[in-house]
Amino acid sequence: MTARASPARYDAKLALPLAAFFAVFFLAPLAILVFVSLHTDPSMTALGLTQYAKFLLDPFSLSVLAGTLWVGVEVTALCLLLGFPLAWAYVRAPRWAQVAMIWVILLPLLTSVVVRTFAWIVILGRQGIVNATLLELGVVDGPLRLLYTEGGMVVALAQVQMPLMVLPLITALSRLDPNLLDASAALGAGYWRTFFKVVLPLTIPGIVAGCLLTYAAAITAFITQTLIGGGQLLYMPMYLYQQASTLNNWPFAAAISIIFLVAVLLAVSLFNSLGRLSKGHAQA
Amino acid sequence: MAGLAGACLLLLVLPTFVVIVVSFTSGFSLKFPPPGYSLKWYAALLDAWQLQFAAGNSLKVAAGTTVSAVVLGVAAALAIARSERWTARVLDSLFMSPLVLPALAFGLAALMFFTLIGLPVSPLTLVIGHTVVCVPYVVRTTVAALAQLDPALLESSASLGASRLRTFRRVTLPLIRPGILAGAFIAFMSSFDNVPVSLFLRDARTDMLPIRMWQDLEGKLDVTIAAVSGAMIVVTLALMVLMERAVGLSRRLR
Repeated sequence: MTARASPARYDAKLALPLAAFFAVFFLAPLAILVFVSLHTDPSMTALGLTQYAKFLLDPFSLSVLAGTLWVGVEVTALCLLLGFPLAWAYVRAPRWAQVAMIWVILLPLLTSVVVRTFAWIVILGRQGIVNATLLELGVVDGPLRLLYTEGGMVVALAQVQMPLMVLPLITALSRLDPNLLDASAALGAGYWRTFFKVVLPLTIPGIVAGCLLTYAAAITAFITQTLIGGGQLLYMPMYLYQQASTLNNWPFAAAISIIFLVAVLLAVSLFNSLGRLSKGHAQA
Repeated sequence: MAGLAGACLLLLVLPTFVVIVVSFTSGFSLKFPPPGYSLKWYAALLDAWQLQFAAGNSLKVAAGTTVSAVVLGVAAALAIARSERWTARVLDSLFMSPLVLPALAFGLAALMFFTLIGLPVSPLTLVIGHTVVCVPYVVRTTVAALAQLDPALLESSASLGASRLRTFRRVTLPLIRPGILAGAFIAFMSSFDNVPVSLFLRDARTDMLPIRMWQDLEGKLDVTIAAVSGAMIVVTLALMVLMERAVGLSRRLR
């Protein structure tokens, strides 16, 4: 017998039920997904890499993948552009304003995605608030088509995913020591110099975390992509769903899933290594 | 900066406001601002049996998911929190991975798995699938609560002669309860709102509310959906206020 175990430590065996649950219902299904993707035809008679070749040699499939990844970049950039000032304003605001702001940020996070997307159908529709305002002001003669366009969808996605960007930024900015800003100012640095030389490098971990969450959520946002993007714009989630459910082509749908999964993991590790790189830079 | 921050706040609030206003329209379209106001679309909800049926299913699955996610997640969190062992790190990454992976790919994988082992889709398969994608929230908030726990409290309880189980029930559990409840709440909301897993694991008998609403919106722009959305916003807000009072939700989501 070793020394008496600390009461703060619990038996590692307590993790076994969830580990077993994940092994059976998470890892095994993913293994089956890989196995199914390695079949050459929808009736799954022979093994081969044809599904992957079919996707990677098909300009249409590749354009769907590239389009999806690019939409993620646009949404993430827009979220960062609007979210950073909001997080900045939050940490500087008086206590009562912070309480109000955190509710404004959290309510969309917990509201159903279908509800949030539906709001954008109302806003961007032919009789929606944007067109009503533009017509009223005489900027346009007839209602603009905003729904079913990529621009409209990017704005809607940015709103839907905004809390995922703002919350990590708030955490990072609240950890920033205000004395550093005073010191920088006292040493003669201007507002923007302090921002780029002190604030930005120190909040990189929060920016990376926010970008990562926003990007991963934006490219997999099935509901917003299909309802605001409409039938004309096809992205990976709907492409996958069509192949699996409508066309019943399981091997191809499985291959799309794996390719999408790898793309997401590559994007995640890219963000992470960017974060590490800049951390090294900030310390140097 | 202040202008952009204001624009961002407006962008966050505006959609909720628009949905609430439009749900009280007296017209038959989603025109904004509405031509007049009435409660008729809320009254129409009383007859919308398809939406009621789907909402009932979603509630049942979310309840089942929350229970299984809390039981499995809290036990796992106790085992991996404060542990430096490499197995604990690996398990932590494994339990968190459903948050990063595209859930749609997992939904398809789960459908293939259940088809292969001959288990037809049912509320049970939905609860299993939802548990995989919702359990990370419980693990995360519980691990965070355990990390803030002062070990000295547990040591003194033990040195005063309390057994491990008694220390857990009388000291640990009361202190980490807010963390568990916050995780359970997020797991419930995310199961109720889940689309990517339900999309593959549901059938006509187990229609789920978000999918029903999505299909309604794909087909026609139905004003009934505005009333459902209005009702869901009010319920969400009420639950948030309740959870804020009980466990300080806003601090735990950061």
